[in-house]
Amino acid sequence: MSVGPDAPAPGAGPFAGLRIWWTMLVISIEERLVYRGDFALGTLMRFLPIVTQVFLWTAVFSATSRGDIAGYSRNDIVAYYLLTMLSRAFSSMPGLATGIARSIRDGSIKKFLVQPVDYVSFLFASRIAHKLVYYVVAAAPFALVFFVCRSFFPPLPDAMTVAAFGAALGLSFLLGFFLEATLGMLGFWFLEISSLVFGYMLVQYLLSGHMFPIDMLAGIPSGIPGTSLADVVSWLPFQFTAYFPAAVWLGKIQGAELGRMLLVEAGWVVVLAIGCRFAWRRGTRRYSAFGG
Amino acid sequence: MTRYLSILGTFARACLVRDLTFRANFILECLTSLGWMSMNLAFYLLVFTFTPEIGRNTGWTREPFFAFVATGLIINAIVQALFIPSAEELTELVRTGGLDAVLVKPLDAQFLLSLHRVDFSALANGIVGIALLAWAVARFAVPPPPVAWVLYPLLIVCGVAILYALVIMLAAATIHLGRNQSLYDFWFYITNFSRYPAEIYSGPWGSPLRALCTFVIPILLVVNVPARAIAQPLTGAAWWAIGGTVLAAVAALIVSRLVFQRSLTRYRSASS
Repeated sequence: MSVGPDAPAPGAGPFAGLRIWWTMLVISIEERLVYRGDFALGTLMRFLPIVTQVFLWTAVFSATSRGDIAGYSRNDIVAYYLLTMLSRAFSSMPGLATGIARSIRDGSIKKFLVQPVDYVSFLFASRIAHKLVYYVVAAAPFALVFFVCRSFFPPLPDAMTVAAFGAALGLSFLLGFFLEATLGMLGFWFLEISSLVFGYMLVQYLLSGHMFPIDMLAGIPSGIPGTSLADVVSWLPFQFTAYFPAAVWLGKIQGAELGRMLLVEAGWVVVLAIGCRFAWRRGTRRYSAFGG
Repeated sequence: MTRYLSILGTFARACLVRDLTFRANFILECLTSLGWMSMNLAFYLLVFTFTPEIGRNTGWTREPFFAFVATGLIINAIVQALFIPSAEELTELVRTGGLDAVLVKPLDAQFLLSLHRVDFSALANGIVGIALLAWAVARFAVPPPPVAWVLYPLLIVCGVAILYALVIMLAAATIHLGRNQSLYDFWFYITNFSRYPAEIYSGPWGSPLRALCTFVIPILLVVNVPARAIAQPLTGAAWWAIGGTVLAAVAALIVSRLVFQRSLTRYRSASS
């Protein structure tokens, strides 16, 4: 099937595209709010594993004579885990890749091939809606946990660092979206991508810094002469989805290095956005519709 | 009893046939759980590059700690294989009214609802757990005494019983609520507390949490007590913990049975 997926709305004025986009956003917000109770409960529960991590690292520090591990004090590590929760609130895209693959498999994606609605924009709008609702519902549990744990955090960083942190979070949202959307588009070729998604989740969890600060891998050789595992991880985009924003807030990355890393992150966003568009165009060309 | 064992055997056989019909999927599921487990083991190895022990003077140095992790793997593999798939299906049975068909069968409803589906792929982690335990125990400075080897399987059974009671009570909550996806998430998060030695929960926040997870929801006894029996000296306090765990397991089974039976009386069929 090769219907142009990006065709403009017929008989549309200059703001029609914007109006369609706004409608998609409003519909998605209403959809998300149906499950607000489940959302709030789920958000609070997601902090429970952090509690065990805090106790684990406290025990680790109590048994070692070192004041810091890979440049992180005990308080830094607790703050780091909490900040990665915030990073993941921006970059994680639950159900995006599997949702795309499912609509390819069951044929429901074909409506986007004939309707004057761009599929990637639709996904993007509904993901923004998902996140906006999430932030409204999750703000209270997040604020509560961060307030209770405020003593673990260093003093507020300067305005420049806060701005860089905001930019890192915004870019991590875009990065997470295009990364998962591209993965989902692979469904045009494989139909069933659950094992790919699982592999991605595994790699993501390990290499994003969600499990531990990536700096801890600095002393571990990668097998490539002269490079550590931390070097290898720094060549990949995953670190921007959890580690990077947290490290920025904690002042682990500063000055010219901070600017350079933000540019690298923006570069990854562009590369993945192009990759996602490319996969969509190539995929829709080879797509055979299923379902009635 | 013989009848129930033979029915359990039939369930297991049917599930194994089903699993092996979709062989690629079965292998993939085994690899999935092995992948997550390997990642956690890699994390613990990393932690031990920075510290000789988890908590000062707790005795949880590298090999004893890996024996602890192995114990957790074995217990969780049994629970995941035997009880979780059935408990997860209960949500759908209540929502769709399929529970009616279970209740009219001439079998104990709790037995049928907790054991009718067995997930053999979950046992992969248990096999790795046994290998990891053998690796760790072979490297202990002092090998476990014979009595520890007698107590260990008994305490594993107690740990499984406590987790089973928790699962079945959460499943019973399904009957009240109609649907309880969040409560199953809750099960995952609460069992998360059992993944580490109880000694790490100390201080003004940790001690109350430890008391809560020992005496109210005895989740900390599940892995800690069997792992202690095999990896740490059997002192006076250890015997108290062992006795307490056996009692907790029996109490948990009785309470869960009462809760489940009571919940069944509240069930109103969803079908017409």
